[in-house]
Amino acid sequence: MKYLVALLVGMAGGVAVFLTFLYLNPLTTTNRLSALSVSDNQVITFNYSAVATDALVYTNDGRSQVTPYPAKVLQLWEPTVRRTDARVTVLRDGRGQPAAIGVKFSSDSEKTNVLNGEAIVDSVWHIYAPGQGSLFVEQQENYWGYLREIAIPARWSSGKNWRGTWNASITSGPGALGTSRVFGGSGIFAGLESDAVESLNAKAYSVEHGPVAMDAELAIEIPRRDAALSQDP
Amino acid sequence: MFKTFIAGILLGIAGAAAALYYVPVVDQSREQSMIVVHPNHGNTETFHINIPTDRILVGVPGQAEPLPAGLEWPDDLQFAATRAEVFKIRNGKDAVVGVASRIAASDEVAGDVIEWVFHLPARGSAYVVMEAQPQEGGYRLGSLATGTREFAPLVGHVTERWVSSTSEFDDDMQGRIELITAFVGQFVEDE
Repeated sequence: MKYLVALLVGMAGGVAVFLTFLYLNPLTTTNRLSALSVSDNQVITFNYSAVATDALVYTNDGRSQVTPYPAKVLQLWEPTVRRTDARVTVLRDGRGQPAAIGVKFSSDSEKTNVLNGEAIVDSVWHIYAPGQGSLFVEQQENYWGYLREIAIPARWSSGKNWRGTWNASITSGPGALGTSRVFGGSGIFAGLESDAVESLNAKAYSVEHGPVAMDAELAIEIPRRDAALSQDP
Repeated sequence: MFKTFIAGILLGIAGAAAALYYVPVVDQSREQSMIVVHPNHGNTETFHINIPTDRILVGVPGQAEPLPAGLEWPDDLQFAATRAEVFKIRNGKDAVVGVASRIAASDEVAGDVIEWVFHLPARGSAYVVMEAQPQEGGYRLGSLATGTREFAPLVGHVTERWVSSTSEFDDDMQGRIELITAFVGQFVEDE
């Protein structure tokens, strides 16, 4: 009997050791630097608050940590969309002025691999900027750093919250440099194929409500038309 | 007993690693794809949106009864000609398979814009740009501009039409938006 108890206690300890290693694994780092920060091309930015109640509409399965907003919005409770959330928000330009309407659909990805520090979300943006045109953005986002540095510490804290400054790029693909893929649909963006990076700037998080103070920025690279047309030297 | 304890630790580490490797953390629920193969006309798949039950958002300035209730749509002049809608989208068996957004807008630079994004979590997303003017018969044509995952290698067309409800049993049902996709894989020549 005592051998069985020793084995079970040892197994529980082994699982704990392994999970601690995953949590502290220094090889899974948060991406602090945007790949677009070294770009020579023009970069346009769209900013929005990532807090659900600051969106025009935010909905999910209704059982998740973040409560849908407004309260009476239709919820995504069906099995096929249960792990999906939808956000409609006003996107602001670099000066803080309303510049576009953005619809973002995000779904938990089957590419999630905890062993590699990948908590992947597949998301798409559908953006319309009056006077400019429309865009489609496809991206994979990795929330491992967000979970490790915000959500888990918040759960462990006595107040069940987190406060601080956390700034990181969450885009992890599908581009080779960890950028998202942008496709222009109309207006000045028609035919555009480019890259983008979305980053989060978190200041406060609550276990009960999710993000309390968190801004997001979607930076889209606009390649110079003349650069595409010029010949190699 | 100490050896048993150490063996337990090793077993625990190996078990946790094996479980995380072999058991998927995320396993999206799937519905069977209802694709119809036509003789010499490629493949079509029909989706629909029941109105009003599948409407999540109608974003238009100055609505007397906004949907959802409590929605505060921006009243900036620049968004006056913009209509953004979000829906649940269903397959031929009337099962919800994803969500979709439709943006209809008009401005001097982009002209008349009507676009869809279909997001089917288990399959991928499709970005569809529609023609501004409807065809004779009341339907509108569009083309797949780009897609992700399952839709990434595809090209093709989408038709959108409104079908009014004829049901005598459901007075609340106004009708449905029918979306028929005709997508095929792109031909890639071997190098």
